[in-house]
Amino acid sequence: MSISIDETICNGCKGLPEARCERICPGDLCYRKENTKAAIRDQSACWTCGCCVKECPVQAIELRLPFQICSNGSSLKARLKPDKTIWTVWDAEGRPEEFIIQAKWLKGD
Amino acid sequence: MSVISIDTDILIVGGGAAGCFAAVEIYKKSPGCRVVVMEKAHIERSGCLAMGLNAINAYLHAGQTPDSYVAYVERQFEGIIRKDLVSSIVLGLNDVVKDVEKMGLPIEKHEDGTYKTRGKRSIRIFGERLKPILAQTVQKTPARVLNRVVATNFIYDGTRVCGAFGFGVRDGSFYVIRAKAVIVATGGASGIYKPHNTGEARHLLWYCPWNAGAGYAMGIRIGAEMTSFENRFIALRVKDVNAPTGTIAVGARSKQINAHGEDYLECYYKHWGGNRCLTHHRLLATVQEKKIGRGPCYLDTTTLNEVEERRLKEDFLNMNPQIILLWATKEMNPRRRPVEICGTEPFLVGGHCQAGYWIDKDRRTTIPGLYAAGEVAGGAPKKYVSGSWVEARIAATTALEDTKGMSLMNTEEEAIGRERARVLHPLTRKAGISPAEARERLQKIMDEYAGGISMDYELHEERLLEARRLLKCLKDRMKDLAVANNYSLVEALECVDRIDVARVLVEHLIYRKETRWACYQTRLDYPEKDNSRWLVFVNSTYNPRTDEILMAERPLCS
Repeated sequence: MSISIDETICNGCKGLPEARCERICPGDLCYRKENTKAAIRDQSACWTCGCCVKECPVQAIELRLPFQICSNGSSLKARLKPDKTIWTVWDAEGRPEEFIIQAKWLKGD
Repeated sequence: MSVISIDTDILIVGGGAAGCFAAVEIYKKSPGCRVVVMEKAHIERSGCLAMGLNAINAYLHAGQTPDSYVAYVERQFEGIIRKDLVSSIVLGLNDVVKDVEKMGLPIEKHEDGTYKTRGKRSIRIFGERLKPILAQTVQKTPARVLNRVVATNFIYDGTRVCGAFGFGVRDGSFYVIRAKAVIVATGGASGIYKPHNTGEARHLLWYCPWNAGAGYAMGIRIGAEMTSFENRFIALRVKDVNAPTGTIAVGARSKQINAHGEDYLECYYKHWGGNRCLTHHRLLATVQEKKIGRGPCYLDTTTLNEVEERRLKEDFLNMNPQIILLWATKEMNPRRRPVEICGTEPFLVGGHCQAGYWIDKDRRTTIPGLYAAGEVAGGAPKKYVSGSWVEARIAATTALEDTKGMSLMNTEEEAIGRERARVLHPLTRKAGISPAEARERLQKIMDEYAGGISMDYELHEERLLEARRLLKCLKDRMKDLAVANNYSLVEALECVDRIDVARVLVEHLIYRKETRWACYQTRLDYPEKDNSRWLVFVNSTYNPRTDEILMAERPLCS
């Protein structure tokens, strides 16, 4: 598994013509299911680039590594602010660690 | 399926680093010029820069001269580079970086405002949003961006490229875009070889998995001259997650060690220059250590302190977030355990190596009306992202100049119908070969017979001839591709493109009968570098009427 979408958080970007992850995925892998939740069509085609993770405004998507690469169960999420990106990584024991990195966004938050 | 026809002045195929920069450049120079950018994904996060970038590796720092820079690239590539192209890139590097900084890219600086150096030709950037920054700058121009439209072929009447055909993944439409000039900027090719990760991790690649060589293939199919496909690229990277070793080796000054803890470059490969050896020797040494039984090899990160570790993680989040997941457990912490490194499968790229279109110094390809910039353009290795921007600037300038006073050419209905039928064919079939089957077949042939990772990248004539034969058979089967939806149709088109590219690659590998660049091009049957015979470019032209690939040699120029 490369990304994991939490359906209890995902609101399918209701009202938008496409879900944000669907709009942005460089591999065209995300789509909206009939229940209006986002999904990935083929985990094995995922580059693990994290574009959907960054794009999701409600942090419903987390980045993971396929089990064959890494079996520790860690995960990663991001929140994009106009001047910084806030990353949270959960380690094997579920402990979070936060990274705040300067960035610049031209459009509004 | 509907047909959407668009007329424009300049069409840019591929909205990555080079394509975006070209669009902005055209607007700056000629605000009234109509521009269309055809982009397979969405330009805000597409191509090589989708994940972000933590360094710009082609920059002219104080103390370096253009000549010293060109000499460095020439040495790295064993004497074979297009000096005219590399020189033109070097002269523009610092200007384009300044331009992108003005667009919004944060760059690490000294108090006096100069950029901090990160290695001799490199600067550290906070580039997680580099691609959105470029895209948003394009979106401020009147350029029309067609997201989710996949280029399938150039519109070519035998004399001049006058646009391109595309398939709209979202709307299912067939696009006919007529233009006075076309700048191809589609990037290089991944997925030609069996990847080092398989199964559910098959797309954990060094290079963008959706850069499938469309630009190369489209040029090949109209007989554009290509150069140096045999100069493959294999990246030495953090095993499995492909994080750049340069971030650790240059940024954190970690040494390469083998399984015995030895600084193997210094201990055993002093004759290549030890720690100062060429990039491909660094890779070869790592492969040798594995073969001898002194692998795996590592970057020794155990000497890092806590501050350095955190900085390293921040750098990786800007470019390769996967490694942070790998490290997120006590046993794998980089200060506790060195980071394992190995080579990836081979890729074809004109940005790290020099596979691509044969171009003149103004970035014209050998086909009138067609210009090339970035990874798809050949002869100028180590251009990386900043060099791609310079090339985009040059190509845009030339295309504008060449199209002054020109009018659009008509496209024959018959040509439109033919291409439309070709593109849609797999959708019309109920059963047949799936894109996954075609991809796996191609990757297996290339891995086993054309020097993939399972062969330690080694090549020789008999195997290459078998690759040639098998690829021809595979190409002939592609008329049986069958898919059920638009997403899979794109996968099918990628397979066709990759096979066309692979066939040209194999001819290049057969032709160069020496070993010029270790690992990238190691011939077991011709193990020596032969400067008396092979200090030349190997070029190729495909003949679509006879399905033959014609090889030619071009001299080095000053």
